[in-house]
Amino acid sequence: MPVTSEMTAGRVRLVTMTALRDAILATLLILSGIAGCDEAALNNPYPARERSENIMYSFFSERPKHLDPVQSYFSNEIRFTAQIYMTPLQYHYLKRPYQLVPFGAAAMPEVTYYDSNGALVSARASSAQIAYSRYEITVRPGVYYQPHAAFAVDENAQARYIGLPQTRLAQYRSLSDFEHTGTRELVAADYVYQIKRLAHPALHSPIFGLMNGYIIGLDEYAKELAAFAESVSKDAYLDLDRFDIAGVKVLDRYRYVIEIRGKYPQFLYWLAMPFFAPVPHEAERFYRQPGMPANISLDWYPVGSGPYMLSINDPHRMMVLERNPNFIGESYPSTGEAGDRQSGLLDDAGKLMPFIDKVVYNLEKESIPYWNKFLQGYYDLSAISSDSFDQTVAVSANGEVGLTDEISERGIKLHTSVAASTIYLGFNMLDPLVGGLDERSRKLRHAVSIAVDMEELISIFRNGRGIAAQSPLPPGIYGYRSGEEGMNPYVYEWLDGRPRRKPIAYAKKLLEEAGYPHGIDAETGKPLTLFLDTTLVGPEAKSRADWFTKQLRKIDVQLVVRATDLNRYQEKLRNGTAQLYILGWNADYPDPENFMFLLHGPQSRARGSGENASNYTSPEFDSLFEQMRNMHNSPRRQEIIDRMVKVVQRDAPWAFGFHPADYNLAHGWVHNIKPNTMANNELKYQRIDPTLRERRRDQWNTPVLAPLLIVTLLAIGGLAPAVIAWRQRERGRAGDTSVRAAE
Amino acid sequence: MTTYLIRRILYAIPILIGVNLITFALFFFVNSPDDMARLALGGKRVTEEAVEKWKRDKGYDKPHFFNVREQGHARFTNTIFFTKSASMFVFDFGVSDDGRDIGTEIRTRMWPSLAIALPTFSIGLAFYITFALILAFFRATYVDVSGVVACVVAMSISSLFYIIGGQYLISKLWHLVPISGFDYGVDALKFLVLPVAIGIVSSIGANTRWYRTIFIEEIGKDYVRTARAKGLSEARILFRHVLHNAMIPILTGVVVIIPSLFLGSLIMESFFSIPGLGSYTIEAINNQDYAVVRAMVFLGSVLYIIGLSLTDVGYTLVDPRVRLS
Repeated sequence: MPVTSEMTAGRVRLVTMTALRDAILATLLILSGIAGCDEAALNNPYPARERSENIMYSFFSERPKHLDPVQSYFSNEIRFTAQIYMTPLQYHYLKRPYQLVPFGAAAMPEVTYYDSNGALVSARASSAQIAYSRYEITVRPGVYYQPHAAFAVDENAQARYIGLPQTRLAQYRSLSDFEHTGTRELVAADYVYQIKRLAHPALHSPIFGLMNGYIIGLDEYAKELAAFAESVSKDAYLDLDRFDIAGVKVLDRYRYVIEIRGKYPQFLYWLAMPFFAPVPHEAERFYRQPGMPANISLDWYPVGSGPYMLSINDPHRMMVLERNPNFIGESYPSTGEAGDRQSGLLDDAGKLMPFIDKVVYNLEKESIPYWNKFLQGYYDLSAISSDSFDQTVAVSANGEVGLTDEISERGIKLHTSVAASTIYLGFNMLDPLVGGLDERSRKLRHAVSIAVDMEELISIFRNGRGIAAQSPLPPGIYGYRSGEEGMNPYVYEWLDGRPRRKPIAYAKKLLEEAGYPHGIDAETGKPLTLFLDTTLVGPEAKSRADWFTKQLRKIDVQLVVRATDLNRYQEKLRNGTAQLYILGWNADYPDPENFMFLLHGPQSRARGSGENASNYTSPEFDSLFEQMRNMHNSPRRQEIIDRMVKVVQRDAPWAFGFHPADYNLAHGWVHNIKPNTMANNELKYQRIDPTLRERRRDQWNTPVLAPLLIVTLLAIGGLAPAVIAWRQRERGRAGDTSVRAAE
Repeated sequence: MTTYLIRRILYAIPILIGVNLITFALFFFVNSPDDMARLALGGKRVTEEAVEKWKRDKGYDKPHFFNVREQGHARFTNTIFFTKSASMFVFDFGVSDDGRDIGTEIRTRMWPSLAIALPTFSIGLAFYITFALILAFFRATYVDVSGVVACVVAMSISSLFYIIGGQYLISKLWHLVPISGFDYGVDALKFLVLPVAIGIVSSIGANTRWYRTIFIEEIGKDYVRTARAKGLSEARILFRHVLHNAMIPILTGVVVIIPSLFLGSLIMESFFSIPGLGSYTIEAINNQDYAVVRAMVFLGSVLYIIGLSLTDVGYTLVDPRVRLS
């Protein structure tokens, strides 16, 4: 049958229409498949069954390496272990200054002091009189561990999964493969067992070295244990109960005692950290069975008695904390700071915690995805990255920080707090140029301190998040002074009710008095050149390096920024070969000792591997430190701290840097958020309103299908001429061929 | 062919030893065991005793290549290089420096990597070849010219731009798929659509141009003219004859990368929070975890050698003239 042009055009139209119809149908099918045919928005990353559940969604950017409480020290580890383990003490969630309250302990420890003859002495006795301190701790009765395979027993009340043959253990891939679980009551011996684990030869506790100097008998115990471990196979289970620490004893089922050399009041703060959380010996026996797969360990699957338990640990994707069904329960605080009631922080006073059933933490390596998920309502809390700061935070003309309209319209709330941290620009006091305690070097350091404008650094590189430091102590730490009395008089002057950095002309004058007029060494005639070691790399590092160079150029000093990797940087600090360097310190506990020790002479990094990276040694400061370190907070202690601050301001081993401020956001459906830079177990206090969250998510995530259809139509439209041309060419060829064949 | 393959396997042994040696030298040139210990133990309160204990426990307290304190072959075997490398030749990767079984990690994490890489590779390949054939069919017309220009533009844009732009448009503005994340089973589908689409689109320029060049070269050959003269349809010529004869250069570029699909994509996995082997490798490098780094480099080398061997075998399948001896 001859083919007419009308028929060809009709056929092309039909083909095009069919293709269009098929494309739209296919798109809708894919989309409905993606959505799982449920009511959830298409971009909802969570399963539909979790809709309206009492689940908090959060994220982490770096997987925790250790969840064994004896090893975990990094903040990304403690954020999990603090919810799982029941430390003897904890920080009051609402009160400031920070206050310790009992958690696993029934009451605050009873602390008594003894002289070298073992006679009881008063708490007011001098440190020289006190030979050792005794901490007697009573454990809360009725506390039970989370359900765990280590406690599972068979019909004969024998441990079901302890002492298994290696062939059977090899069948297990994860903890969930152990079908049965059990529990038991937490007793004082579990706390003692954990202290023994500090010295376990197969574990690496970061505080073992520190505690070795304090806990009586720990050193001898560690040596005895290590010697025994050497004599047995590497994989053998070490029964720690066979060895005793002289200064750590179980008194009865619910009481134990720790004896500390001398007086160390800060020891109480350590009792609020997971290092002193209870670990049942069954857990150690279970995990350390010969043949247990390497991936099933206490470091991966914690065994706690706290409000939450880790139900999924897949830290390359997600980690899930679920309510511990055996948690003894705890009431939300009924008292707080002034203003807490008005801000709704006492609305849940007396109610049983925890409030949230489950917390899902997803791994988010990049800031863009987590920030957008937060804005879409798929994360409940978020920090503010530098990229999104301008979109989020607005600073008013009078300097007040608030949220932009776009963000506040979503009901998001901003929570700010100054971290208990100090970032500082340090001088190596062993360096022949910038070090030393003579007047020349002091003046040089003061000149540099004035020139490096920390307020500008905070403004440019931290979006204003931080306050310039006047001393090593951040706000919130006992001994910190605000206002004029806390001002560093060598760098600032008090003008118009606030500290102002001294003029550059004054810094130049100091430099001249130090022997460097106009930045030239008066003796050699050479320009003064300083070296700053940093670990900064990347584009921002360049701008920071340029900024530091520019600061010193203001006083005619040349600065060479030496960017290096972390290993070489630490090596320079250890060897005392850096000249200027940048470091920071986050508080372990809210006590001035935890900051002042960074300048304590015997803690010199180059001379003794301590944390005093400036290698600052001042007999005056060290003597004051020794007096202050073991004192209870009192006017006398404040007076000593004031003197110490004055000494370091005068000697200027640091240019003091700044205290960073944390800006965190929470959606309107999250309640009971109060920044607490000391406590890590804040999860149990928080509450969410899942119904409101679901409404907001639906409102914010309506799918926009039009662009998809337009793209499909454009693709089809673009292809149509090609298809037509193809067909025409093919037909033309067929025509030519048939004509040629006919000829 | 069997002889050929046995020879390739034997050749692989010195290559793998060499790769191990270079990896070891480069790693320990930058990081000393002390550095590794300090990083693993954290930045605070790290004592010399703790550093020594960590090194002893992890086996980094030995000399690098030669142990003068030992006698006989132990001078070579009781070293970091030997103890960390020998077991890999029987694919026993041991445990990472933080105590995790590397073999289990690889077996677990290769699936998410494959979930992204396999569809990106296979759909992408089909798409690029089809698109390139279309351009070749319409060569020297507006379709070809605009297609090539589009390819050049697409090639000029960074893959990071595609990722961020795709996440912004598809997930943030249009709310069509989750912006990042991963799940297993059917639930993985909604997380895979975007990275796979971006993976395909971001490579469209370079690949299409490459295949177009190959096809145009083939189209100019005598057998195509003969086929046309015999009246074969253009579609038949392109998809049956031209494509078949262009398989040698296609195989050269394609088969070699198939085994390495297991290793995942570093950037893609990071931006889409895919728990694959790409992010595993990056993590290990950042954590100075030599045990994982050497295992991943070794695995990469093995897969590359397998890829090259498969390519050679593939030649014999598509071109009967090729013989492996």
